Amino acid sequence: MIAELGLAALWLAAALAALQLAGGALAQRGETPLQPLVRPAAILQGLLAGFAFVMLLWVFAVTDLSVKLVAANSHSLKPMIFKIAGAWGNHEGSMLLWVTVMALAGGLIALIERRLPERTMQATLAAQGFVALGFYAFLLFSSNPFERLPVPAPEGLGLNPLLQDIGLAFHPPTLYIGYVGLSVAFSFAVGALLTRQVTPEFARVMRPWVLGAWVFLTIGITAGSYWAYYELGWGGWWFWDPVENASLMPWLAATALLHSASVLAARDALRAWTIMLGVVAFSMSMVGTFLVRSGVLTSVHAFAVDPERGSFILALLALYIGGALLVFALRAGSVSEGQRFAALSREGALVFNNVMLSAILGIVLLGTLYPLLTEAFDVRVSVGPPYFNPASAIFAIPMLLVMAVGPLLRWRGDKFERISVPVAITVAIVVTVALIIGVATAPGLLPLLGLAISIGLAVASFWPLKGRRLTRVPLATWGMVIAHFGIAIALFGMASEGAFTKERLIALAPGGSTEIAGWQVTLEGVDPVAGPNWTALEGHLLAARDGGEPVRLDPQARNFWAPPQETTESALLTRWDGQLYAVLGDRASDGRWQLRLWWKPFVTLIWYGGLLVALGGVLAIIGRVLSDLKRRRIRVLAAERRSEQAMGAVS
Amino acid sequence: MIRWQVWVPLALFSAFLGVAGYQLSQPKDEFIHSTMIGKPLPQFDLPPAMEGVDGAATTNFQDGKPRLLNIWASWCLPCIAEAPHLETLKQQGVEIIGVAIRDRPEDVAAFLERNGNPYSRIGSDAVSAIQFEIGSSGVPETFVIDGKGVIRYQHIGDIRESDVPMLLEKLREAGE
Repeated sequence: MIAELGLAALWLAAALAALQLAGGALAQRGETPLQPLVRPAAILQGLLAGFAFVMLLWVFAVTDLSVKLVAANSHSLKPMIFKIAGAWGNHEGSMLLWVTVMALAGGLIALIERRLPERTMQATLAAQGFVALGFYAFLLFSSNPFERLPVPAPEGLGLNPLLQDIGLAFHPPTLYIGYVGLSVAFSFAVGALLTRQVTPEFARVMRPWVLGAWVFLTIGITAGSYWAYYELGWGGWWFWDPVENASLMPWLAATALLHSASVLAARDALRAWTIMLGVVAFSMSMVGTFLVRSGVLTSVHAFAVDPERGSFILALLALYIGGALLVFALRAGSVSEGQRFAALSREGALVFNNVMLSAILGIVLLGTLYPLLTEAFDVRVSVGPPYFNPASAIFAIPMLLVMAVGPLLRWRGDKFERISVPVAITVAIVVTVALIIGVATAPGLLPLLGLAISIGLAVASFWPLKGRRLTRVPLATWGMVIAHFGIAIALFGMASEGAFTKERLIALAPGGSTEIAGWQVTLEGVDPVAGPNWTALEGHLLAARDGGEPVRLDPQARNFWAPPQETTESALLTRWDGQLYAVLGDRASDGRWQLRLWWKPFVTLIWYGGLLVALGGVLAIIGRVLSDLKRRRIRVLAAERRSEQAMGAVS
Repeated sequence: MIRWQVWVPLALFSAFLGVAGYQLSQPKDEFIHSTMIGKPLPQFDLPPAMEGVDGAATTNFQDGKPRLLNIWASWCLPCIAEAPHLETLKQQGVEIIGVAIRDRPEDVAAFLERNGNPYSRIGSDAVSAIQFEIGSSGVPETFVIDGKGVIRYQHIGDIRESDVPMLLEKLREAGE
């Protein structure tokens, strides 16, 4: 009954999406019979999709084994939290989550967004309905999450044990809100193109939505990176895997979009470019989804691979992205570029950053698709860090340097003399740090540049606050400062980890010990342990630093039985200046145990930096929303005063 | 933007659609090639997994007759599902040597009591040592071993009814 309720809600929501599309499209042609229904349809569609998702959570929570999806992905013995997470830890459930986020976002715009011309809003909601409709079709015709089994299963097959981790239980929803939140930017861009209303007001309306999606993407990528780092047991935090790239590409596009929307909002420039990025950002979400789900690329964690589903998503891609790019090509000429500006100006720096971000996006996209391209000629290659690291650094390094000084520039045009002092100081910091570290440790070119630039950027990111009363600085500016500082912090972590990591692979008998980077590590013994749905071998390590108090570390090699799979649970010891990372390996034939140990200096800064970037985004949203509310209040007050004056003139 | 530039994204996207569409239409090689296939079994000599059965050793596989090596455990649910199909294989004259992973004698006995015993020998691998050496990542898994002790085929996951003829065929090939 619950499953049928969910399915019925999905059908109704799909019908409402169709209504939204029809009403909005008719409104563009001046026919308005359905127009009053468009906003309510969007709101109701959001509620119904949300209801369907709650029904899915329900059948997973009670482990209703007559539902195929539950039987295939859950198990009665699983802890409740992972039963719930199982709802979206699979293809059908995650597509339902996708539609739900999209419908809720569409409903929210319909409910609260009143600043744009009504015709643009109608076009936006029509676009949102159109995109949602394709995904409803995907769910209802090819990936029904509520499908029943003819005979209920006696027991479920379980959830991929790699996914049975609290980090991953909440990582996909976060990423999805970011991914799908960009559909709002896409719909706004298409709506504005259709009605040719690409205005600063449009950028101001779109900006908080993009910021919101971008914050979730940032958190999702940061959390995903940390999860891969501690769960997969290989000690790395970024692998340039297609699935990782699938989340990085929309982030790069959204970052560029945020900055170009700021130029459009403040200075009425970069109109076509902002629209273009709005289309590209969501396109990257969809391309990423396609690459992950279709099986055209081999990835260490591609899932729900199925060529038929791949064809469906490819058709949706062709329809939406192809359609949007076609409209863009036809209409972009009629959207004039807007105000001009000098090369040395705030706009100039932002355009530079935009071009560099787009170049990095191109590099990542090319590297991700390259195996696909060569496979068409029967050549199997894999593209990894040796390509991605230097190729993206070529563009990232100049961007980071401009990022340090860009916020100091004035809009429209500026003189170099005005910012020469901070620029000189930044350059001096970067050069000094590079010389000191280079001479002292010779860590290799990229880590060296990374360390030097990160310190220069960390200092420079606070310059926009110089000489200002801190309590009067707008929240959005604080947001920018903190986000840029976060980038510097994360970069420092990455460079430090790359330059100074120490690794030791050793086989120890119980009682034996080893030394790594000042840590004395002793293997006390290895014992079997049992969890709710797994058994494991657990190593007991004692780690003492420079003769200090020893601390316990208990890495595990886990064995899940539903479904059967081995996972490693690394043990981490966090100190202010880095992490000790331990993995228990196999037992050698002579009874010794393989141990893999790393000392990773300042590695945690990578993720703290990511969280700071997200925090910056949150502050910027609050700041933007508050200033919009203030602007609206002023406008209302002005209108009241005008009408009072008019009344006064009449009487 | 200059007039022709606005068409560049669409052109690039069309190229992507073309390549992706072509790749989707190509058959995918889904078969997992174990690196152990074609190699001899690693050396092992496992103690019996319970009273009243014989343990398992590499030498048991070298008398010229092809056999199945089944990796399983009493705590493994899919192993219950595959038990009847192992029984069918046994009735077809196939000799199956079992390796119980991280198991206790009384649990092994209880499992065989309930689900039948298709095995000629059952070794006990208390720390998954052989499991790892043979390139198995979970339970259940089944290997086709030819008469010289060389691994000819690896079946990951439980044996379903539809897998039985396929395994018989693999055993016949291994015997040639």
